[in-house]
Amino acid sequence: MTRLYGPRGWSAIGAAALVLFAVFPLLALAVPESSGLHLSAYWVTLIGKIMCYAIVALAMDLIWGYAGILSLGHGLFFALGGYAMGMYLMRQIGRDGQYRADLPDFMVFLDWKEFPWQWWNTGHFWWAALLVVAVPGLIAYVFGYFAFRSRIKGVYFSIITQALTFAAMLLFFRNETGFGGNNGFTDFKRILDIPVTTPATRVALFAATGAALIGTLLLARWLTTSRYGRVLAAIRDAEQRVMFCGYDTVHYKLFVWTLSAILCGIAGALYVPQVGIINPSEMSPANSIEIAIWVAVGGRGTLAGAILGAGLVNGAKSMFTQVLPEYWLYVLGLLFILVTLFLPRGVMGLIPGSRSR
Amino acid sequence: MNKVLLMLLLALLARPAAALDAAAVRELGFGDNDAKIAAIAALVAEGDPRAAGLLQAFADGELSTSGERVLVVQGDAGFDALSGAKLEALPEAREDVVVNNRLRRELGIAVAALRLVSPQRETRLAAARELAGGADQAMLPLVQKALGKERDAQVRRLLELTAATLELKTGSRNSRIAAIRTLGESSNPATKPLLLGLLEKRKDGSYAEPDAELRAEAHKSLRALNGRLAWGDRLSLAFAGVSLGSILMLAALGLAITYGLMGVINMAHGELIMIGAYTTYVVQGWFRNGPHFDWYLAAAAPAAFVASALVGMALERAVIRWLYGRPLETLLATWGISLMLIQAVRTLFGAQNVQVENPSWMSGGIEVMTDVVLPWSRIVIVFFAAAVLAGTWLLLTRTRLGLYVRGVTQNRAMASCVGVPTARVDTLAFGLGCGIAGLAGCALSQIGNVGPDLGQGYIVDSFMVVVLGGVGQLAGTVYAALGLGFANKLLESWSGAVLAKIAVLAFIIVFIQKRPQGMFALKGRAVEA
Repeated sequence: MTRLYGPRGWSAIGAAALVLFAVFPLLALAVPESSGLHLSAYWVTLIGKIMCYAIVALAMDLIWGYAGILSLGHGLFFALGGYAMGMYLMRQIGRDGQYRADLPDFMVFLDWKEFPWQWWNTGHFWWAALLVVAVPGLIAYVFGYFAFRSRIKGVYFSIITQALTFAAMLLFFRNETGFGGNNGFTDFKRILDIPVTTPATRVALFAATGAALIGTLLLARWLTTSRYGRVLAAIRDAEQRVMFCGYDTVHYKLFVWTLSAILCGIAGALYVPQVGIINPSEMSPANSIEIAIWVAVGGRGTLAGAILGAGLVNGAKSMFTQVLPEYWLYVLGLLFILVTLFLPRGVMGLIPGSRSR
Repeated sequence: MNKVLLMLLLALLARPAAALDAAAVRELGFGDNDAKIAAIAALVAEGDPRAAGLLQAFADGELSTSGERVLVVQGDAGFDALSGAKLEALPEAREDVVVNNRLRRELGIAVAALRLVSPQRETRLAAARELAGGADQAMLPLVQKALGKERDAQVRRLLELTAATLELKTGSRNSRIAAIRTLGESSNPATKPLLLGLLEKRKDGSYAEPDAELRAEAHKSLRALNGRLAWGDRLSLAFAGVSLGSILMLAALGLAITYGLMGVINMAHGELIMIGAYTTYVVQGWFRNGPHFDWYLAAAAPAAFVASALVGMALERAVIRWLYGRPLETLLATWGISLMLIQAVRTLFGAQNVQVENPSWMSGGIEVMTDVVLPWSRIVIVFFAAAVLAGTWLLLTRTRLGLYVRGVTQNRAMASCVGVPTARVDTLAFGLGCGIAGLAGCALSQIGNVGPDLGQGYIVDSFMVVVLGGVGQLAGTVYAALGLGFANKLLESWSGAVLAKIAVLAFIIVFIQKRPQGMFALKGRAVEA
């Protein structure tokens, strides 16, 4: 306990937990809609969504900020987790779709008679939950094993991960892949047999996301302050020296890479029921590279910075896309340039006393 | 086009000359559908070119009857169908002759048959093409007559084919054998079903064609035809591969300089391609109403080079210079630049695609075989890519700037010591790479859509080319681009475009495992810094 955070750190986390698990749910459910303090469904979804992004940012920070490996393919793992959960949610629609059929609407539309093999057992929540963790984890493990073993690093690694998510996007755009093609999954009705759009369900999902975020933060903190975390930082700073010291860097990198992908998958799974849609554009290279800028804005190498960056950038994004949609890309582009040129340690670098490890 | 032709033919019609077959013309107006078709056949058999105008008018629904007369009515003017003479006044009481689909089909072929004797080569070619699709027995004499007079090789080939098709159905045994041989010499895939039809086995085991000798001939012809068709496929595949390869090379060549030589990872490279394409669009706009529209590319290509190079040099001075040696940061910053450039183009030109027209000499193509057409635009781009490659190579190996660039990339400190202005060389080299991207954009504008997202589609591909080819020289880029182009097209013909792309990406990922430095790694002691 004391290794992770000092008393101030723990009280901050406790306060955040209080807000997430007690104050916000009360404001959303107990306070009447007419009151100014009422938290509308829009805000619950938005904050829930940003918390999912914050988990992704933490995962990205682990691999980039602490291990020095910039992945431009994390959107793929996020989307895979989302699709795994999406399959379960599609199964939950049951016969309430447009065509009143046992199969999801898009399959009826394609004139399919039965579920393809990918959908096996996806009607069970436990299986979907397993897929959420296993699919991104397995793909990351296999890809990472080959990449790290042949010592692909730096920009090469970044570009290959970008190609990976690009290829996956093309694959998921096809109807034959069996995941709804262009349109992906949407129109969810239930989760765990409970209607998915009621305020109570929304708040439950919100709280679950909050719990996942705090859990991820503590896990990442535990990891980065451990002996393992020190080796990781050493690999980031001088991989060859670490190798000469006798460490097998491949396995250190592989572990954090796989863990990072799994965390992204979990974030994706929490994201889909709240936002209500998942489609292949989540895998576009642009989405993945945006994740990097969240971390860069907040300050990589600091966990609080990752969460802060995800919140700042996405908060600004939802503000801009409402008020001045055509200027958002200018702002985002400028953010990329200014942060890399002038704020190498991100917003956290501006706070005196905080230092990245 | 059709209208002009019609007027021409009507003018011919109007000449006082021997009139058309009066009985047939009357049947056209008053007979039932079968009689009309017989009349059409009669008019075609006569072979009078003026009949083409009349039949075309019929097909266009301009034929009317008034009392005993058959008229051609065009707007307010009326002509006598038989003599072609203009009428003083259009009779009030007249009835349109109805054209149904069956008649329209017959008319189309009949008009084509009659046009075979037209003096214009283009008209004859179009007519021969139409007939190759579906000629009628009655036209055989006409086709043979036209064949006797035809000098143009392309039209002749088509006519021979049509004649053979007709002979095959009805001719004598000898003429059928001759027809089968002619079919075997064609390279038109449409003849394949004809030959297959001869070899077909009925349900009871007997052949559709009882004559064994004919069947043997058909076999031989079919084999020859299949062989030729396979060659056609291979040829078009090879050309598609070369074409895609040259496009990839153009897109990646600039990157080979900025990334390969200078080590700057420029994610905005695709947007510099886009800027080149939009520059072409703007230059095209200046030339649009002038007399030299066909030559606008001569101005657009240098303009595209300069525009992209200037943007690139500005970027190098403002942003990239401060990030040398920090590739991941460069990647992020240039990605930000690319986002801003995309949005800037959207603001300036709108989010829709803009229309860039080919100059007239680039439209059309060489028809190597039936169904195998090599478009001029793609041929030009292949040569353009070769020229750009040659120019870049000369610049890098034969000029002082090239010497400096190579010197700075090999050993910056030493180059600086002997007086090379390294900062300026960096800017110029980066500008050169970006300018080549602009040239790529100019070329791409000729074959694809020009929109704000143009560059995004090429960035992954061009990085793959550079990564596959290996960093540090141009040769790898050339081989990798052509190899990827061929591989992509080859796989596409088996599995479709998307799967091919995925397979190629997967292949590159696996390839990089084996040879992380690319195909053509520089040998030397330059290990990681």
